[in-house]
Amino acid sequence: MVQNIIDVRNLSKSFDISSKEPGLKGTIKHFFRRQTKSLKVIKDISFEIKEGEIVGFLGANGAGKTTILKMLCGLIYPSEGSILVSGYLPFRRKENFLKNITLIMGQKQQLIWDLPPIESFYLNASIYDLDKFEAKKRIKKLSEMLEIDKELFIPVRKLSLGQRMKSELLAALIHEPNILFLDEPTLGLDINAQRNLRKFLQKYNNETNATICLTSHYMKDITSLCKRVICVHEGEISYDGKLDLLLKKLSPVKEILIVCRSEEDANKLENSGFTVENKIKNEITIKIKNNSITSSLKTILNNFDIEDLFINEPPIDEVIGKILTKKEYDI
Amino acid sequence: MNLRKYLKVYKKFLHTSLASELEYKTNMLVDLITAILSLIGSIFLLSIFFQNNGYIGGWKFEQALIIQGIYTILNGITNTWFNPNLTEIVKHIREGTLDFVLLKPIDSQFFISLKKINPSGFLEIMLGFFLLFFCIRINQINLSLSFLTLSLITISCSICILYSLWFFISTTTIWFVKTWNAIEVLRSFLYIGRFPLNSFSFSLRIIFSIFIPLAFITTIPSEVFLGLSQSWKILLEVIVASVFLITSRKFWLFALKFYSSASS
Repeated sequence: MVQNIIDVRNLSKSFDISSKEPGLKGTIKHFFRRQTKSLKVIKDISFEIKEGEIVGFLGANGAGKTTILKMLCGLIYPSEGSILVSGYLPFRRKENFLKNITLIMGQKQQLIWDLPPIESFYLNASIYDLDKFEAKKRIKKLSEMLEIDKELFIPVRKLSLGQRMKSELLAALIHEPNILFLDEPTLGLDINAQRNLRKFLQKYNNETNATICLTSHYMKDITSLCKRVICVHEGEISYDGKLDLLLKKLSPVKEILIVCRSEEDANKLENSGFTVENKIKNEITIKIKNNSITSSLKTILNNFDIEDLFINEPPIDEVIGKILTKKEYDI
Repeated sequence: MNLRKYLKVYKKFLHTSLASELEYKTNMLVDLITAILSLIGSIFLLSIFFQNNGYIGGWKFEQALIIQGIYTILNGITNTWFNPNLTEIVKHIREGTLDFVLLKPIDSQFFISLKKINPSGFLEIMLGFFLLFFCIRINQINLSLSFLTLSLITISCSICILYSLWFFISTTTIWFVKTWNAIEVLRSFLYIGRFPLNSFSFSLRIIFSIFIPLAFITTIPSEVFLGLSQSWKILLEVIVASVFLITSRKFWLFALKFYSSASS
C-alpha cells in the first residue's frame, strides 16, 4: 500500500494586511496610523498526498495555492492545524527534511546571474554535501534529460527564458529530492519550452517516483501531468479528487460537427430534435450529452447521409475557468 | 555543525564571487582606485584637524592615525563582506528570494552573511594594515606577543560588533521591508569613528559608548596600540561583542518566524 507522504489537518493561515485610503490625506494617515487587519487566507483545510502522486493545485489569483505550497515546504508558519511532510514538521526546516524537498518558482531565480549555470550547480552540490564526482554525474544526467548540456557554460544572463528555467530546474534537483513543490514553473515560457518541461517532469516522476505538488495557470500543465487536483477557492478546498471526474461533471456535453452530403440533409437533421449549436450550408454543429454519445451517433449515421463527422471536447480553459469561481463541487 | 562542509561551501562562495566580479574588470579597477583615494582623502582631512595645535581630545596626529588605520581595516571588511551581503538581505526579503536560502540545508545566517565578497575591499584592508605598521614605527610601539594578542582580540571584537549592528538592522526588514536609511545612518556613525572618542562632547561620548558602541569599534583597539587601554575596557569590549553577536543570532531566528515570503 502506498503511504501518505503529505498529511495536512485543519490547516489555517492568517496574515496581517494593512490598507491605505487613496490620495495625500490617505498616505499621511497611513504613515502615522497604519490600520492593519488580520486576514485568514487559508481556512481549515485538510488533505493527504500519497508518495509518487502528481497533484495540481487549482485556483484563481490570490486563492491561497502558493501559501499552501509555502507552508508545505516550511517557508511560512501555519497559524493553526498540523502539517507532516515526509514525517517532518516542515516549519522546523530540519536538515534531513530540506535534503528531501525542493521548491521551484517560475517567477524567481536562484542562479548566479553573471556566471554560467554550471557554477551555481556546483555551489548547490557543495551545500547538499555532494562530492565532485557525484555532482558531475548528476549534472550530466539531468542536463541530458533537460537537453541543456550545451548551455551549461554560457552566463545565465545570456540564456533564453526557457533555457534559464531548465537550468533552474537542474539547480533545484541536483540533490535528487523526492518531493517537488512547483509554483507556476512554466510561467512565460513558449509552447515548446512548456511541453519540454512537462515531458521532463513526467519522466522524472516515472524514474524516481517523486511526489510533485504543482500550481499553474496553464491548464495544459495540469491536464497532462496531474491525475488529481485540489481546487482552492478563497482559502478553502472546493474540490479534491480526480481531474477527469471533475471535467466530466463540469462539461457534460460534447460538440459534434457533422458534414452532410447535401444542404437538404442538414435541414432534415436540424429539425430532428437535436440541440443545434450552429448551421452553415451543409455543416451543422450539435451538442450531445456524454452519456448518450454512442446511441445518438448511431441514429444520425443510420438516418442521414453523412460525409464527415468531428467530435470536439469543450475547451479545457473554459471548463477550468468555471472551477476558479465556484465554492464547492459535489461530484 | 559540519565544519568541513561549511569550509567547502565557503570556498565555493569565494570562487563564485571572484568569478562574478572579474566579469566586470572596469568596475573592479574603479573600486580599487576609489579605495586608495578615499584613504588619502581621510588622512588629509585628519591632518587639517590637527594643523592648529597638534592635539584633538588629547591625541596627537600620529596617534590618531592608528584610529584611521583601524577604521580603514574595518571599512575594508565592511566593503568586502558586509556591504555586498547584508544589503542583499533587504533585496532577498523584498523580492522573496530568501525562500531559496531558507530551503537549503545550511545555516541561513551563514549563507546570507558570507555568500558574496567584493575583492576590491581587500585593498582597503591591506592599506589599513600598512597604515597600522607605519603607526607602530612612528609611535615607537614595542611589538610584543601580548600586544599582538590584545590587538587581535579587540579588532575581532570590533568586527563582531559592527557585523551584529548591521545584521540586526537588516533583519528588521522582515517587519519593515525597507531599511536602507538605517544602514546608511550606521555607516555615517562608523565614519565618525575615525576620530578619537575624547574629541566629542560628554553627551555624545555617552551616546557613542552605550547606544551606538563606536567607542568599542575603533577607540578601544587604538588605545591597545598605544598601551593606554585598561584591562577592564578590553574585557568589557569582549563582553559587548559576545552579547551583540548572540543577540543578533537570536533576533534572526526569532524574526524568521514572522517571515511571510513575498507574494508571487
